[in-house]
Amino acid sequence: MNRIITSIIFIFAVTLTACANDSTKNKQPSANGGLKLPPGFTATVVAEKLGNARHIVVNSNGDVYVKLERLKDGKGILRLRDTNGDGVADETVAFGNFAGTGIAINNGYLYASSDEAVYRFKLNSKNEVENPDQPELIVTGLVNKRQHSSKSLAFDNSGNMYVTIGAPSNACQEKDRTAGSPGQTPCPILETAGGVWQFNPNKLNQTYADGVRYITGLRNVVGLDWNSSMNELYVTQHGRDQLNQLHPAQYSVEQSAELPAEEFFMAKKGMDFGWPFCYYDPVQKKKVLGPEYGGDGKTEGLCGTKEKPLYAFPAHWAPNALLFYTAKKFPAKYQNGAFIAFHGSWNRAPLKQGGYNIVFLPMKDGKPSGDYEIFADDFAGGEEFLTPAKAKHRPCGLAMGTDGSMYISDDQGGTIWKITYTGEK
Amino acid sequence: MKKISMAAVLAIGLIAASFSTDQKDFKESYQRGKKVYSKVCVTCHQPDGDGVPRMIPPLSKTKYILGSKEKLVHILVKGLNEEVEVNGDFYNTPMPAQPQLTNQEIADVLTFVRNSFGNKAPAVTVTEVIAIRKKIK
Repeated sequence: MNRIITSIIFIFAVTLTACANDSTKNKQPSANGGLKLPPGFTATVVAEKLGNARHIVVNSNGDVYVKLERLKDGKGILRLRDTNGDGVADETVAFGNFAGTGIAINNGYLYASSDEAVYRFKLNSKNEVENPDQPELIVTGLVNKRQHSSKSLAFDNSGNMYVTIGAPSNACQEKDRTAGSPGQTPCPILETAGGVWQFNPNKLNQTYADGVRYITGLRNVVGLDWNSSMNELYVTQHGRDQLNQLHPAQYSVEQSAELPAEEFFMAKKGMDFGWPFCYYDPVQKKKVLGPEYGGDGKTEGLCGTKEKPLYAFPAHWAPNALLFYTAKKFPAKYQNGAFIAFHGSWNRAPLKQGGYNIVFLPMKDGKPSGDYEIFADDFAGGEEFLTPAKAKHRPCGLAMGTDGSMYISDDQGGTIWKITYTGEK
Repeated sequence: MKKISMAAVLAIGLIAASFSTDQKDFKESYQRGKKVYSKVCVTCHQPDGDGVPRMIPPLSKTKYILGSKEKLVHILVKGLNEEVEVNGDFYNTPMPAQPQLTNQEIADVLTFVRNSFGNKAPAVTVTEVIAIRKKIK
């Protein structure tokens, strides 16, 4: 009898173990570094637990530079190197005593930003940072009031540098995010923030007076990229928050979660995109006056003269990086299209959050040629994910490798993924 | 002996009665506070009180929430515009003042927050809020 019981228990245990194995297999937590990708694409975890990995850039020798939003052991930039070619970084060097978001390589220099300044490091003949402890100060004194304070960087092909300066405000109310406080006309913030500024990347110690306000009326741009085929700057905007919370009589919780759209723009010099007076309503397909400026959710007013988005993405997804894929290694439909890293929402609460993904938008002749599709997903970590603090990863940066791969950074889990195409073309 | 036990029963009865009134007040205040939270606070501080990483601080088990009532009332009345450290992480987005809240709503929402998200701390009464606000310029 005892033997029978033992065998029953044994069989039961074996079955249980087998089931457990099966479910592990089905989930494949390590495949593609936990990401969901289209068929033919593979993700490799280059590094993880790096800290708050914001923007990234890949040098021509394959080195990946990562900008950290918080200093880690006193350093704010990481250089990751894969010495044996397996896609995984096996050598990490940390330098730079400032935290921030922006990082880019241009004309033999590595540029990186804090929330107030832009620095650069010369790359030597070995293509390495020459003096990691002595960066040159390029721009200083930029507005940092601890809201929308990231300074992202981009370069054109004619020797100019672009620096984003987010507005330290939601809608330029006299008292920020305060119910009943009126919007300011004109909005004084726009003089030194709420746009993208152009600077000379080779001149030291510049301030606002040395730069040009290239475009304005943008609440907060974190993701931007120069489109070389159009020879124009493209930017993504984080739209305003809290329509219901600040104006409960005008907007429902549901409307507040879906308004306004996150906008994708082509940005020519001098353009005005309408913040803080206007926001884009994706249902009415137009810019309307904000409630702080006398708007009723329908009236266009002065917003009819403001630049329209090329594409409207779902509200509050938080576009933190924009990358035009100009290599040839991904299938034809991706070439010259736009990838956008959505950091993921918080302002949709108490409704379900959105974003936390990489989106692909096909482009033709500088304009979207179809609807977006979710390219990489499952960053937040599945069904149990409810709030931003519980998300496993939050995508923040994108970069193209010289081998035609694409890199993604995550400022929550500190993971860097390398995406390659291994399928048939 | 009989007198003593009568007195004891009476005393216990009185304490129990006042306790249950306190309990009732607390429950009502907590429920009203929950409504204020879902209207005013939930978008930023989130349904689970976890906040938003590096932007908006969590409300669970922090020295701010469990600590001084004066400081909490002050934050609601005046806002908070400084970097906040909670359990080793830093949070940056300024918290706006909430001038639309009544003294009762401030007491209720603080009572709710101090007893939600794993917190347990004494309730905040409207009398306390009034007394604290008198000192706030």
